[in-house]
Amino acid sequence: MSIAALAFYLFALCVIAGGLFTVISRNPVHSVLWLILAFLSSAGLFVLLGAEFVAMLLIIVYVGAVAVLFLFVVMMLDVDFAELKAGMAQYLPVALLIGVILLMQLGMAVGVWQASDVAEAQRAAVTPDGVENTAALGHLIYDKYFLLFQLAGLILLVAMIGAIVLTLRHRKDIKRQNVLEQMWRDPAKAMELKDVKPGQGL
Amino acid sequence: MIEFFTTTNLGIFLLIVGQVLLIVVPLLVALAFLLYGDRKIWAAVQMRRGPNVVGTFGLLQSFADFVKYAVKEIVFPAGADKVVFLMAPLVSLVMALIAWAVIPFNDGWVLSDINVAILYVFAVSSLEVYGVIMGGWASNSKYPFLGSLRSAAQMISYEVSIGLIIIGVIISTGSMNFGDIVNAQKGDYGIFSWYWLPHFPMLFLFLISAMAETNRPPFDLPEAESELVAGYQVEYSSTPFLLFMIGEYVAIVLMCALTSLLFLGGWLSPIPGLPDGILWMFSKMLFVFFIFSMVKAITPRYRYDQLMRIGWKVFLPMSLVWVVIVAFLAKFEAFGGAYARWAIGG
Repeated sequence: MSIAALAFYLFALCVIAGGLFTVISRNPVHSVLWLILAFLSSAGLFVLLGAEFVAMLLIIVYVGAVAVLFLFVVMMLDVDFAELKAGMAQYLPVALLIGVILLMQLGMAVGVWQASDVAEAQRAAVTPDGVENTAALGHLIYDKYFLLFQLAGLILLVAMIGAIVLTLRHRKDIKRQNVLEQMWRDPAKAMELKDVKPGQGL
Repeated sequence: MIEFFTTTNLGIFLLIVGQVLLIVVPLLVALAFLLYGDRKIWAAVQMRRGPNVVGTFGLLQSFADFVKYAVKEIVFPAGADKVVFLMAPLVSLVMALIAWAVIPFNDGWVLSDINVAILYVFAVSSLEVYGVIMGGWASNSKYPFLGSLRSAAQMISYEVSIGLIIIGVIISTGSMNFGDIVNAQKGDYGIFSWYWLPHFPMLFLFLISAMAETNRPPFDLPEAESELVAGYQVEYSSTPFLLFMIGEYVAIVLMCALTSLLFLGGWLSPIPGLPDGILWMFSKMLFVFFIFSMVKAITPRYRYDQLMRIGWKVFLPMSLVWVVIVAFLAKFEAFGGAYARWAIGG
């Protein structure tokens, strides 16, 4: 077995194990750590496919930023495990029902799935010879799908503005720090030096 | 014999292991003396003697410290998550070490010459934050937890500006490979051909961000040993603590290497005519490390809100504007193409 095949089986096993333990871990922080293992291993799979740029982006964006936020939130939640388990028996039938319905819908959707000819052609358009993976991706995004890419960025911008508008509120009743005012304070105006004579005081 | 090492699986594996050892062992030995140098410089600024007892001039102090850490007892706090508690320092050390796989020391002297080398280093350094978070959480104690939150917030904040500064260099070079980046800085004017001149303000932004990213003074708020009893590593003792320490210093030396590769021309000679070589690379790294030590010795610690303000409200806009400026200067090949070295780079 070649080293590449060995690496593939290792990464694939790690992805599956990571995903599985993300679901069945009792401790939410452990779940996030397993999720990170799954992300890292899938980045490894991307490298094996020759898509090193996507692999690095996956690590930087998902592991370096998104999963850190997950971990922050989960760590600061005060989760009471006994309380969580208490309602288990009561909600189990409903949860099972929802799970089965979702699975059936997925099965129906995948069962009638047919890839169009265009998709087949796109899949065949691999990185051209002599062009780096990153450069090829850049040409594709910025030349061929320029407008779609801008549109995706615009959607993200709208989402960001929306989040800020929803949470931003100006409170008038609190004291605020004005950094520029503090930095531009003049020692000559802010304090006064007095020559205190001994025995006399001010 | 050569055939065995280049064709068979076992041979390639052994060859790579040998190369890894060739990087890691000298790095760790050098680290012991860098630690000693750091303390000596710090002591000299404060008119003390510094370590001077173990070995001649105290040269073996770091090794004595190593033995001292290693033979002590590992204490687990009550209710600590043992697996995560022990994994945290390992993550911290391993992440700091694996970044060296793509760092070249001379033209072609690199373990793994990949296209996206600079992104790889960036990705690995963004993983270093997990050592801190895991250590703080697994200690099951309030001081480490709060310390790790502060530290993680700081590391993530400064990663953003480091990323944008790196983008400026990538635009100028047209490649993400360190070899290409250094070769693009080769020119007729020696030291004045390097990127520090065209990317002048970014050199300082990068140095400051690197200090904040590696939790060095004046940004060592997570530790602040005089006030906060060392933040996320309060509960650590013995070898796990040692691993945290080594990881931190390896990350600092990595930042020195990055600075010299990105802005100071790597292994290129500063004077036209002198041969390029690995010695230039080492002397540049030492120079940057000296600056790091001096900053540690002569600056007071920042306040946390000031640190966050300077990261998000000063460095981020500055580096973002710089990316736009560099993109324009490179596109129109301003200043004799000083910003557009694609022909040399990639």
